[in-house]
Amino acid sequence: MGVDMPLRYSDVTPRRTYMNRRRFLASAPLAAGALAAPFAVRAETKIGNYTKSPFSTDEKPTPYQGVTTYNNYYEFGTGKDEPVKNARNYRTSPWKVSIEGEVGKPKVLDLDAVMKLAPLEERIYRHRCVEGWSFVIPWIGFPLNALLKQVEPTAKAKYVAFQSYYDPKQMISSREARIDFPYLEGLRIDEAMHPLTLISVGLYGEILPPQNGAPLRLTVPWKYGYKSAKSLVKIRLVEKQPPTTWNIAWPEAYGFYSNVNPKVDHPTHSQATEDRLGSGIFGEHIRTRMFNGYDQVASLYAGMDLHKYH
Amino acid sequence: MKKLWLSAWTKVLLSLVGLLPLLNLIWRGFRLDLTVNPIEFITHYTGNWTLRFLLITLAITPLRTIFDQPQLIRFRRMAGLFAFFYGVLHLTTWIWLDKSFDTSEMWEDIVKRRFITVGMLGLLMMAPLAVTSTAGWVRRLGFRRWQFLHRLIYFSAAAGVVHYYWLVKSDIRLPVMYGAILVLLMLYRGGQWVKKKRQRARAPSYVRVAQ
Repeated sequence: MGVDMPLRYSDVTPRRTYMNRRRFLASAPLAAGALAAPFAVRAETKIGNYTKSPFSTDEKPTPYQGVTTYNNYYEFGTGKDEPVKNARNYRTSPWKVSIEGEVGKPKVLDLDAVMKLAPLEERIYRHRCVEGWSFVIPWIGFPLNALLKQVEPTAKAKYVAFQSYYDPKQMISSREARIDFPYLEGLRIDEAMHPLTLISVGLYGEILPPQNGAPLRLTVPWKYGYKSAKSLVKIRLVEKQPPTTWNIAWPEAYGFYSNVNPKVDHPTHSQATEDRLGSGIFGEHIRTRMFNGYDQVASLYAGMDLHKYH
Repeated sequence: MKKLWLSAWTKVLLSLVGLLPLLNLIWRGFRLDLTVNPIEFITHYTGNWTLRFLLITLAITPLRTIFDQPQLIRFRRMAGLFAFFYGVLHLTTWIWLDKSFDTSEMWEDIVKRRFITVGMLGLLMMAPLAVTSTAGWVRRLGFRRWQFLHRLIYFSAAAGVVHYYWLVKSDIRLPVMYGAILVLLMLYRGGQWVKKKRQRARAPSYVRVAQ
């Protein structure tokens, strides 16, 4: 191995291996203490080069511990505490993601290629879940449009369909989760090309943990969290509006657009307010803003009835 | 066995056992182990225990006959009161932590969200049962009327299951499991009722008069 060879994605010790080693080393009398919320040391999974972004909010990021232990990742269990446990041995290497469909130059990328595709930026975004809570997360990634431009979308590319990884051997079944797998999401092409729309490969300065959608995921900050599909294996440019998983499961509750909108209720709760988790013991009860406060996307929906197209 | 059931210590011990879920919750609170969304955690936790205690209460009558342990009746009131206790904690969490005493927001939820409407009804129906759970109230109402009133628990438990079923996003396994247990417990009661009716019909008329 050359001395000045750049660090490859696969060279990075997966955090779980690192954590398991620590747990193994912990002696029995200390084990009980270690079980009480082990605050993570995360030196070995750091991402080296990224720049700060003017799109970042100056709101205080949610503690790392919260963002990485409270997850909606139904493939790894429908309870929020399940993905962090069930995804511990999730294999994300080798990985391939295919960009295809209505494009001039389809591509299949491995992770090293993904990490080098465009300069990485840190974007501190608000993350609003449809369930009525929110985080502030420092993502690391690059604009999706950088990737889309490389594959040269044709004139027929009106929508982008995203597909998450699904492996029944590592994940629970659709029957258990009661939503269809593989998980499908979609954006209109102008939404996908918007500079705020990100392909994330990390958070808090390190590579994405499995439960947060390793190794690469979508991040669309003005839409409810479920639009930001995790563990992407396929990005397909298409002419017709693609089917999306939650919309199939419960169309009245989950529209295709799913823009954060305090005026459109979910059948089980109002969306007017949210709990900003991690601030104080019980979180902070705040008003939800239209487009999650990302007013710059409003022009994408000029003239649209956002109640109907929720 | 009979001696064990009739011992005052058993009752004391079981009432402490009924408090264990609460003690566990407080312990987790002290360890800051209520997830990053403690309000949601406490809400789900107390709601789950309300349903569990409702089902335990409803299981006592079948268990008495199936295992021929009539003395188990001594614990039914306690189980029912624990169901109400956890139900009140569940409601308090909602009013205080979730809604911050905002009456207009709460009213909107009760009217607009069917799962909250039915949950609220279920809990309200438990209140008169908790109040009239004493021996004094059985006397005052007369056993027949008291028993009739306390059948409200069937509706309360059904409301609890429906409340849970309506609120989950997709994974209906737990509410369906609670529902299945409730259906079994109710089928048993139906069976007993039919059996009694047949026996009564077969009995000579003087027995019927005596009843």
